[in-house]
Amino acid sequence: MGLLNPRSEAAKGYALSAPATLYVGFLVSAPLIILVTYSFWTQSYVTLDKTFTLDNYREALTDPLVRHLLLRSIWIAGGVTILTVVTAYPIAYFIAMKARNKTIWLLLITIPFWSSYLLRVFAWKLILGFNGVMNSALLGIGLIDEPLTFLLYNEFAVMLTLAHAWAPFAILPIYVSLQKIEPSLLEAASDLGNGKVQRFLRVTLPLTIPGIIAACLIIFIPTVGDYVTPSLVGGSDGKMIANLIQVQFGAANNWPLGATLSLLAMMSVGFVAILFVLSASGLGRRIK
Amino acid sequence: MTRPSGLAIYAFSYLAFLYLPVLFLPLFSFNDGTIVAFPIKGWTLEWYRQLGGQETLIQALVNSLGVGLTAALVSTSMGLFAARAYVRYRFRGSEASEGLVMLPLVIPGIIVASSMLVLFISIGIKPSLTAVILGHTFLALPFSVSIMKSAFDDFDPSLEEAAFDLGSGVIETFRRVTLPIVSPGIIASLLVTFTVSFDEFVLAFFLSGNQPTLPVYIWSQIRFPAKLPNTLALGSLLLLASVALLVVAEYFRRRSSKSTI
Repeated sequence: MGLLNPRSEAAKGYALSAPATLYVGFLVSAPLIILVTYSFWTQSYVTLDKTFTLDNYREALTDPLVRHLLLRSIWIAGGVTILTVVTAYPIAYFIAMKARNKTIWLLLITIPFWSSYLLRVFAWKLILGFNGVMNSALLGIGLIDEPLTFLLYNEFAVMLTLAHAWAPFAILPIYVSLQKIEPSLLEAASDLGNGKVQRFLRVTLPLTIPGIIAACLIIFIPTVGDYVTPSLVGGSDGKMIANLIQVQFGAANNWPLGATLSLLAMMSVGFVAILFVLSASGLGRRIK
Repeated sequence: MTRPSGLAIYAFSYLAFLYLPVLFLPLFSFNDGTIVAFPIKGWTLEWYRQLGGQETLIQALVNSLGVGLTAALVSTSMGLFAARAYVRYRFRGSEASEGLVMLPLVIPGIIVASSMLVLFISIGIKPSLTAVILGHTFLALPFSVSIMKSAFDDFDPSLEEAAFDLGSGVIETFRRVTLPIVSPGIIASLLVTFTVSFDEFVLAFFLSGNQPTLPVYIWSQIRFPAKLPNTLALGSLLLLASVALLVVAEYFRRRSSKSTI
């Protein structure tokens, strides 16, 4: 590309990236602006009242149900994040450091993710049900005398299902950060007299903190707003904020309140995520 | 042979945890009974046979195929150009633009769905397959950009320069040099973005109106216990299709990485 001057190079860059950038830019910003506008309006049945009001925010922030669902969504998403990252780390470590055929392992990890998310959640519903796969199998081999009832329709079912769904998103970023570690650093740590555990805690783990942070964010942010899993396996004790938002846009037909709830959910996610990144990177610095 | 380490045992059990739930769907789709539980009563293909006669299902399949193909074509074209810009040209704001294009991956589904519904209604697009296509193109774009980026990463720019020097124009060079070299990447991107759209539920649930896609149709069937065996059969076919598409996509993605001479 030596023949081209930098100016036309930049022009080409802008021209080629413009469709994608403008498309995503428009579909991120325009809905946001309209959502904010709607949140200041009110609706009764089919009439939309366009006078500016903070009623939706007042209603959303004082309603115990909203607060409860929002806190539960963050609690469940946080639990899922920790559960997934803790269980995925050894796998990422195994693939990066021990496995003979890394490509095959990575492929095996990602294949289930390519099946429909809806179907995977549906499968868990069938497995955990009262008359389901798990209970019938346990009864069949005589481990239990009557079906277990704590499996389905609670927070546990939601967390288990989500941890299953998000596994590759935890494994891949951690794997990448493990791959980047220079083997000479590990050798140096051993030469300086560190045992295996000490070497892991003082060299390997701190160096993979960026991967862990990435994994946490990739899992936490979308999980807070998950709709399918709480609907199918959550029961009444496992409902999350997305279920309430959907009701506002569906049966309750109160779009302004739905818009307000969406914005509040987005702000809570952003707030928790920023708090997490700040504290995690602070911790990372202290370890080093 | 050495004794397998604890870590290896853990890795294999984790793999079982990842695969078992998904494998129960096909297993019970052949079960000659309407309750999904052990023991399996007998084997049958009846549930699959019944699928062919359901008109709403066929219509949903046609809807999904149309949406998937359109979203795949549009997102792959945009991704192809954007990826070329990011890999080949240096320009101010390139990183910001790339970050923005990756954003659809991390926004919670319910927020994308509800905000797009409000936007589309406001600008006069009724819930319809068109709305779903617009939404799925948005969701699929990050996948197409990252696949096309790796295709361009392995592409030697001197091949294009040689074509220019030999007197080819911009369009001819693109058609005869660039396109053939990145075409495995394009095929991989088409397959992956199609799968993303084909499996997507929440957005289609909000935006499809009275034209359900296949996942929206499945959602409506999950509620009816009597329909369960049919839903299992349909779900198994869908799983098979997704995995088959992925394997083909992976084959082409690898070919695109090896194609640099």
